[in-house]
Amino acid sequence: MALLGTLSLWVAFLVGLWGAITGFVGGAQGRADLQQSARHATFALFAALLVAVISLEIGIFRHDFSLEYVAAYTSRNLPTFYLWSALYAGQKGSLLFWASVLSFFAMLVQVMTSGRHRVYLPYVAAVTCTVATFFITVMLFAANPFQRMPFVPMDGSGMNPQLQNPGMVFHPPMLYLGYISITIPFAFAISALLTKRLDSDWLVAIRKWTLVSWLFLSIGLLIGMWWAYVELGWGGYWAWDPVENAALLPWLVMTAFLHSVMIQEKRGMLKKWNLALILGAWLLSIFGTFLTRSGVIASVHSFTESPVGYFFAWFLLLAAAASIALYVTRLPLLEAEATLESMVSREASFLFNNLLFIGIAFSVLWGTLFPILSEAFKGTKVTVGPPFFNQVNVPLGLGLLALTGIGPLIAWRRASIPNLKRQFAVPLTSGVFVLLILLVAGIRDVGALMAVSIGGFVLATVIQEFARGARARHRQYGEPTVLALFQLLARNRRRYGGYIVHVAIVLLFVAFAGMSFKTETEATLRPGESAELMGRDGHLYTFTHLGISQYNTLNRYVTAALIEVKRDGKPIGRVRTEKRQHVDALGNKTFEPSTAVGIMSGLRVDLYIVLAGLVNGTEQAVFRFTINPLVWWVWFGGFVLVIGGLIVLWPGGGPPPGTGPRQPRSQAGYAVKLEAVR
Amino acid sequence: MKAGTKFAFGAVLIVGSVGYLMASGIKQTGQYFLTPSELAQRVSADPSFYDLGLKVGAHVVRGTVSKDVATQTLSFHITDGTVSYPVVFKGLPPDTFTDSVEVVVEGRLQHDGVIHATNVLAKCGSRYEAVPKA
Repeated sequence: MALLGTLSLWVAFLVGLWGAITGFVGGAQGRADLQQSARHATFALFAALLVAVISLEIGIFRHDFSLEYVAAYTSRNLPTFYLWSALYAGQKGSLLFWASVLSFFAMLVQVMTSGRHRVYLPYVAAVTCTVATFFITVMLFAANPFQRMPFVPMDGSGMNPQLQNPGMVFHPPMLYLGYISITIPFAFAISALLTKRLDSDWLVAIRKWTLVSWLFLSIGLLIGMWWAYVELGWGGYWAWDPVENAALLPWLVMTAFLHSVMIQEKRGMLKKWNLALILGAWLLSIFGTFLTRSGVIASVHSFTESPVGYFFAWFLLLAAAASIALYVTRLPLLEAEATLESMVSREASFLFNNLLFIGIAFSVLWGTLFPILSEAFKGTKVTVGPPFFNQVNVPLGLGLLALTGIGPLIAWRRASIPNLKRQFAVPLTSGVFVLLILLVAGIRDVGALMAVSIGGFVLATVIQEFARGARARHRQYGEPTVLALFQLLARNRRRYGGYIVHVAIVLLFVAFAGMSFKTETEATLRPGESAELMGRDGHLYTFTHLGISQYNTLNRYVTAALIEVKRDGKPIGRVRTEKRQHVDALGNKTFEPSTAVGIMSGLRVDLYIVLAGLVNGTEQAVFRFTINPLVWWVWFGGFVLVIGGLIVLWPGGGPPPGTGPRQPRSQAGYAVKLEAVR
Repeated sequence: MKAGTKFAFGAVLIVGSVGYLMASGIKQTGQYFLTPSELAQRVSADPSFYDLGLKVGAHVVRGTVSKDVATQTLSFHITDGTVSYPVVFKGLPPDTFTDSVEVVVEGRLQHDGVIHATNVLAKCGSRYEAVPKA
């Protein structure tokens, strides 16, 4: 399998190189034969990489420990479920995974792109092949997943227990899919720059791709948060770790793009900005990969230092230089077709939204790189942590949340005073109302007050939009309310799906605000003893240690404590919390003990119980009890966000805007686009 | 005033506040990240360096770790090969903490010469790689 694997990597390397050359040359000289060859190269590339992936998986499933990768990340007693994920549990395998998925997307875009967008395809093939070839180069010359062991060990080292969690089976591929799919919009951007076809055509071609990237990045981030929460045991879901930040950066830029692209479609403005966002998002995705693989920034998450980092650093530099040079030479072709007419317009609110997104992205990037920057410029390493990111991003995030409500209420071009009154009356009242309720309830945390009351405002804007839209349909077509709501959503997926995403953002912000009310205690308990903790939901929770059990299962020794939980004296259930010592097939310990957190999740609070250890091997145990408010709403908000994203993405639903002649713009923001009867 | 000019004001306002928030954030929450030798140097040059929030990255000295489970106090020494400091930490160490790992200790150096840690991060070779067989 090692031979077949390495061989297929070499084939992929040559095919990728061929695709890159024929794509660029064929595009530049307009030679149809070369263009066709580049297109076919993406198919061959995918086939060759697929063979490599299958070879590696066969090696993993056969426990072929003559392969260094298989020996390093798996063992005979690793559950089958995690054998699948071993493909991307390590550096080398994840590079292979990355290249293969990219080649799949490269092929897909060649097959699925139709009509007048096909003119972009030769260069798209060239760019995707170039990027894939880079990843294959890294594998062949620095991190070959098919490297052989000098001897064949009896058993492999096994997989890090923290990765043996369902979240880790889905989190990396989702995040990678997001990262990787950004390459397609990037390839179109480069192609648009090279072909000088810089009108809004290429934006239409990449609309679905940008949404797909955004959706996968979102899902990846959310699963990652869930994994950190249930597996790492420190009690939260987001720590502003460099690796988390690296994943957040492209997400922020993509989100900014999804908004600003609407201005270009409607008004022909922001062409330079939109192109820059796509180029930036892709460079940030490569930068994120570099950050996690090079060891330049100390992170508890990072892969070990390796020469792979140099490859990425050079690739990043070259790609950035090439993109920026190309971008600058095409700037004269990117003049706006219209100018901003009023500060009180949808355009202006979108511009501010973009500035805030980029401001947040910049501060996250700056904070992440600050140890390096301060060492380079001031000679001392200064680090910033969660307090910095929270201090900067809470106000910016709240501003953004407010714009989430304001933007959709303001008309394009110029809003009139009566129009503003009509649009803002109900939502503003709702926001103030929520604020008053919270104040009466005795909440004094400024951040939480702002988050929830602005959230109330945004929610009211969305409800108002849906209500008005449904009423308009009701009047126009006589549809009953429920049908009207459904039709509204089905006929204007982008707009109303987007509103659903806004609702999800409100839910997430409120849930994030809840974390500032967490309470925590640590206790050493003998069986029968209890600890008490007051939750900020106004209830007193009593945790009684019922006893310890120890047993072997699959590939680990488990030490489990059973905790009985009472709320205000009434029993509400039992929670198991575990410490796991993973072992190899011979019963020797592998890795350090890991934590399996006991969580009792509810709508108001999560009870989060960590077993820290036993006192001198007795049943006396050390626990940390945390009451985390509103965590459930993070997952629910994430679910709503994905649903909203899927609605926007779902194919069909009338001609997409921008394909026909530009629609006449309605003055008021709420008006429904009424479909012509066909 | 033209809309473009007004917008420029708004943009400057946003960019300015981002800049201000970042600068003040770094000033208020930035922590020195030092090795034990650098820390010793700083302290001897400037005695006011005590009781200042900082991070120290170093190796745990093998055999110096003592845990008092009842009071949840962990004490150990850290070194970069030349200078070593005792550390006291009250709380739960991470799963990956052993007496042979690289750690980042977050806390304050007190006048008794002990680093009172508020947080201990253990940096295993990598989370994704197996522990190398010694």
